[in-house]
Amino acid sequence: MFLALRELRFARARFTLMGGVVALIAVLMVLLSGLSSGLVNDGVSGLKNLPVTAFAFDEGTKTDAAFSRSVVDTAQMDAWKARPGVAEAEPFGNVLVNARSSRGVPIDLALFGVTPGSFLAPVAAEGGGLAAPDGIVVSASATDAGLRVGDTVTLDRIGTRLTVVGVTADQYTFGHVDVAFVPLDTWRRIHAGAGPDDQVRPETLTEATAVALKAEDKTTLDLAAGDKAAGTSALTLAASFAASPGYTAETSTLNLIQVFLYAISALVVGAFFTVWTIQRKHELAVLRAMGASKPYMLRDGLFQALVVLLGATAAGVLIGVGLGALISGGAMPFLLEASAVAVASALLVALGLVGAAAAIVRVAAVDPLAALGGHR
Amino acid sequence: MNHTGTTTSPSTTDPGGPGERSGLALSGVTLRLGDGDSLVTALDAVDLAVRPGEFVAVVGPSGAGKSSLLAVAGALTTPDEGTVTIDGRDIGAMSEAERAAHRRHHIGFVFQTGNLLPALTVLDQLRLVTHLTRGADLARREPRELLEEVGMAHKADRRPHQLSGGERQRVGIARALMTTPSLLLVDEPTAALDRARSHEVVSLLARETKRSAVATVMVTHDHDVLAHCDRIVEMTDGRLSDQTAPA
Ligand SMILES: Nc1ncnc2c1ncn2[C@@H]1O[C@H](COP(=O)(O)OP(=O)(O)OP(=O)(O)O)[C@@H](O)[C@H]1O
Ligand SMILES: [Mg+2]
Repeated sequence: MFLALRELRFARARFTLMGGVVALIAVLMVLLSGLSSGLVNDGVSGLKNLPVTAFAFDEGTKTDAAFSRSVVDTAQMDAWKARPGVAEAEPFGNVLVNARSSRGVPIDLALFGVTPGSFLAPVAAEGGGLAAPDGIVVSASATDAGLRVGDTVTLDRIGTRLTVVGVTADQYTFGHVDVAFVPLDTWRRIHAGAGPDDQVRPETLTEATAVALKAEDKTTLDLAAGDKAAGTSALTLAASFAASPGYTAETSTLNLIQVFLYAISALVVGAFFTVWTIQRKHELAVLRAMGASKPYMLRDGLFQALVVLLGATAAGVLIGVGLGALISGGAMPFLLEASAVAVASALLVALGLVGAAAAIVRVAAVDPLAALGGHR
Repeated sequence: MNHTGTTTSPSTTDPGGPGERSGLALSGVTLRLGDGDSLVTALDAVDLAVRPGEFVAVVGPSGAGKSSLLAVAGALTTPDEGTVTIDGRDIGAMSEAERAAHRRHHIGFVFQTGNLLPALTVLDQLRLVTHLTRGADLARREPRELLEEVGMAHKADRRPHQLSGGERQRVGIARALMTTPSLLLVDEPTAALDRARSHEVVSLLARETKRSAVATVMVTHDHDVLAHCDRIVEMTDGRLSDQTAPA
């Protein structure tokens, strides 16, 4: 480490330049990570924040449209209720609606139909919980769109009027739309497209989108066996995220960009250390002639790379977090998660080291004979 | 101040220790370079013995095999035939890692233009040797004291690019002497120096050879400096011939 540190100081301009590139990549990684978490949160926080283990959709429903297409009936719900290990099994309804608030603000809502008083019922931080047929509890994020307790919301086309009776503490969004919890019976009428005075077929009043399941403590549900008994296709909560609109497309795009960034960073670091090693070939030969062992020289080189990578990544993450703090107030869905940033930084350093190592192994191939006879 | 005192202190079992000094001995050393059709016999059945404290100059035309002689004597490579022993140890029987260890513990190299590391100050060039040989039981020199001895203490904090050619060589010599080696190998130390500097550098080598009781082999094209040497050998086409009296 004696030589490595002194070289860092001596060639600081070159190392700063390379470190600067790595730092910029780290900034980008943090911003992407924040955007990624933000989008995921915006897409599925409504599901994530439910106390649900799994959703059982109608048998054969395609995952990417499960929340909009699936319809389950009472028999399926009862079958799940009877399964071992199931603590709770409740009907869950989901439908996306366009509406207009009493202040004239157009607003899109994901209506989650739940039975008031059931384990799915939301806890209101402000106002009250679900009770009245036309009362809804909206996500905390809906207040940004101008909804307040006491406001009424009129659904487009069918004209159903709902009143905001409560607001949750956490953010509940689904497919980038604010969630409004609505009593299941009201949800069933809305889902059937029935206005306040319309008649509906009686069987629609027993339907729901899926059976929301909660496992007993410390048990894993046997979803396959339950599906067989109930005639459903169950997805764990995490797997059901993919059924949220746009979720898969968004996350895979962002993941691809991140993979490219890791690769670019490893290549930049590898290219730098390749040039750095070749430039010092004569010096390295002198060191070898002086008897420096190969492990010593490899260790020295890797240590040098590690110092630069750690420094650059730390600087980049700090700048990224600072920028993120500025962004997160605005319209962009942005959420910095310490764990995601830590994983991204560790990967950046680790892959950078791999790139550097690929270049530094050349050190071992330097022939000490080249030190003799001046400059050849 | 007599520095040879430390080098002859009782030897220990550690292979890195000072050990018993008996100098350098090459016998029947043949080295072939290149491959296939372009095989060159760089050294041809060379015999050479250098005692501790002896300063031997190797002269000869370009391409005669002088650098090859240093490479073999310095355990940078192993000969195709013959044996090379340094302080009684056969380097032909050593692995590559063992040869590297032998070089850093027992052999000092002085290269053509000093070949100092650009990132290090003069003092750090010497401290690097201490660092490289950490853990070995060696009679190491104190860097500042050694710099004083070669007349470079006043520029201890300079970097190589801030030194003249002669100063670089003096630092290179000090660096080579850090571990009180048994063998000092010097390749054309005066190639880039004027006459006055050349004499300074070579007389420094002669003085240190005696003071440290090191077996010194110096390759040179510079016939002016031969007066400082104990013995001169001439190399032609890979063969050595003795010229005992300094010119
Ligand atoms: N790597 C090599 N491959 C093949 N032949 C080599 C190699 N290195 C040196 N030679 C040849 O070996 C012979 C001895 O070379 P060496 O470098 O020892 O000569 P030298 O006496 O040091 O010459 P100079 O005075 O020019 O430094 C020369 O004929 C040279 O061409
Ligand atoms: Mg030569």
